[in-house]
Amino acid sequence: MAFDEMRDGELAAATYAEIEAWLARTPLERLRQKSAEAELLFRRLGITFAVYGEGGDPERLIPFDIIPRIIAASEWRALSAGLEQRVRALNAFLADVYNERRILKAGIIPQALVLENEAYQPHMVGFRPPGGIYTHISGIDMVRTGADDFFVLEDNCRTPSGVSYMLENREAMLRLFPRLCARHRLASVNRYPEHLLATLKSVAPERAGPNPNVVILTPGSFNSAYYEHCFLADEMGVEVVEGADLFVENDVVFMRTTAGPRRVDVIYRRIDDDFLDPECFRPDSLVGLPGVMRAYKAGNVTLANAPGAGIADDKAIYPYVPDMVRFYLEEEPRLANVPTYLCEREGDRAEVLANLEKLVVKLARGSGGYGMMIGPHADAQMRAEFARRIQDKPGDYIAQPTLALSTVPTLAEGGIAPRHVDLRPFILFGRQEITMVPGGLTRVALREGSLVVNSSQGGGTKDTWVLEEAPPQPAQAQSQGGG
Amino acid sequence: MLSSTAECLFWLGRYTERAANIARGLGVASRMASLSASLGGDGAEWRALLIASGGEAAFSEKYPAITQEAVVDWLVRDEDNPSGIVTCFDAARRNGRAVRTALTVDMWSALNDSWNRLRKLDLSQIEGEALPEFLDWVRERVLLFNGAAHDTMLRGEAWRFVELGTALERADNSARLLDVRHGMLAVGETAEYAQWQAILASASAGRAYQWVYRDRLEPRRIAELLILRPELPRSLVACFGLVSEILEAIATEQGGRRGECHRMAGQLHATLRYARIEDIFAEGLHRFLTRKIETAAALGAAIEGFYIRA
Repeated sequence: MAFDEMRDGELAAATYAEIEAWLARTPLERLRQKSAEAELLFRRLGITFAVYGEGGDPERLIPFDIIPRIIAASEWRALSAGLEQRVRALNAFLADVYNERRILKAGIIPQALVLENEAYQPHMVGFRPPGGIYTHISGIDMVRTGADDFFVLEDNCRTPSGVSYMLENREAMLRLFPRLCARHRLASVNRYPEHLLATLKSVAPERAGPNPNVVILTPGSFNSAYYEHCFLADEMGVEVVEGADLFVENDVVFMRTTAGPRRVDVIYRRIDDDFLDPECFRPDSLVGLPGVMRAYKAGNVTLANAPGAGIADDKAIYPYVPDMVRFYLEEEPRLANVPTYLCEREGDRAEVLANLEKLVVKLARGSGGYGMMIGPHADAQMRAEFARRIQDKPGDYIAQPTLALSTVPTLAEGGIAPRHVDLRPFILFGRQEITMVPGGLTRVALREGSLVVNSSQGGGTKDTWVLEEAPPQPAQAQSQGGG
Repeated sequence: MLSSTAECLFWLGRYTERAANIARGLGVASRMASLSASLGGDGAEWRALLIASGGEAAFSEKYPAITQEAVVDWLVRDEDNPSGIVTCFDAARRNGRAVRTALTVDMWSALNDSWNRLRKLDLSQIEGEALPEFLDWVRERVLLFNGAAHDTMLRGEAWRFVELGTALERADNSARLLDVRHGMLAVGETAEYAQWQAILASASAGRAYQWVYRDRLEPRRIAELLILRPELPRSLVACFGLVSEILEAIATEQGGRRGECHRMAGQLHATLRYARIEDIFAEGLHRFLTRKIETAAALGAAIEGFYIRA
């Protein structure tokens, strides 16, 4: 049985008390009606994500579940300390592998695993980005299997998405259930765009002055996260641009405006490395900006995240992150990894092939829940297929034990039922400080028994409530409660 | 503002206006067709509408003859027609979506709800009795969009580029509308009273005529109203006056940055402002209007050249 966040654990009774009472007294009909209202709200605001080439409606809505997922203050304190530590280590790793390569020389990570990795970016060797920061925005995917058992499932150091859902989900909850929200001490998330802008401004080239020109570079309206790019630009009051809106002259980036060219200082790029600059990477890229790498290396523009940051979140590197924490920070890791088999290693591979029915097999370089196999749910044919693929290209696959992801009550077809969830907190790494808003994006696998939370695979989202501790109150004021 | 944003806003204004103009034109034509049937009509109304919409050549490649069914099909739902109602809404929404954050929530809702509704509609059912209702709906949606823009948008550059698109499209439409019917307004021509009414109705100007002239319909006055009267929001002089005003406002906000488009717009407005209807008829209405349509196209290109493709 999976750990249920409302029913199990010592803290659950207190954190979920109001939710439990609310669910008990609200008729299912009413919940469904509210759920329909939520969908209408999202549809009206145009909060969709694009899925092309699969037929059906290209502008889909990510299903939103109206029952919030709650994290206690003490749980968040522990998590956030661990996240900060992990992001510092990942960043130190990037600075190291593109410069001194101490961790490789020390033999802690096999040299070939890094230097021959597709995600390793030779253009970045010997270059130090402003402030020494590579991973300005990271999303660390966390799962839970017990009261105190949180694991990092995956690091995302390239262009993690989903933060707009975190913000819009909260807006929706405040609109739909103002009284329920008011009965909790919710840590607010709405300052994320402000923190993001401050983070991006903090890494601007020095000559940009106190008010640097920050833009978001999007691949365009066909990208699945296009809505998010526009949303963040709007919230920060910056422009969202496509490659064609920009040009490079004398290693300086400009954007075309109705008042003539305007210099650009920081590019929050939501384009993959491969497509960023046809001069350096894929020459056939139509969405990138020719010459941007020259401007970047000349120190005239800052790219966030840095090109080549993907080597830090590579699934083959992932098993070594706890070692990075020890190596660079000389601390014990606060967050645990899920035990991971690298099929490339002979011992690991034998272990994986012998236990396929118990393991989750993933592409080392995949995302979005594509190309994976969940052993316990796969039939013999599927397992045989994956066994063959692993033997063919062992370097492409990793495997992990199938975790019993924690569940949270969810409005399902047959009524309220437990569904598996994960959590993606967003961590901002600026020149002066690391910031994160409490919580993150909770993704939920809506199908009964499913462990796949990806939106492209039938996953939905929930609002994530981190509760603040009540400040010590004078005795008389306590009768004010109730509500 | 990003040039590409200005471009999208400009075309957003043009496409929404175009959808409403087509709807208005279709409404009048189908009314005229039912009237002229009793007079032994020959489909002239449909031909006129087709020419005014600027798609006659593309139409005749696809359809064998100009019939009511064919023209309605072409102007309402044919995806090959860049000036059809459905394609206009589609293009307007696409442009709006690309600059979603430059629009207000109300504008986006007006645009997006129309598009969602249109997507779910069985377009093949829009004919006969259902046509007028659909055309009214189209006009209402555009009125809602314009109202939302007018009521909620910051009076900055974004607003001005939407207005610029709307004003230019409207000017172009008024000129074409009048031009395809110039024969009915020529001296000595005794067209049907109903046809004169139709010209006014296509510009939503029937009542306006009465307020301005307080007299029976006369071809020369109809032309004067639609070309030279600044009170009528769809007259050429009003539309080009607005274009010039908006361009001046943008230039002022940008510290006086001006180009060829500013000179052209000012000149066009001035020649209309000081023109006399007698002189226009002396030159020939058709010749005059053709020149204005060409100048309007050149002005549109100059605006794009200065603000968007620079």
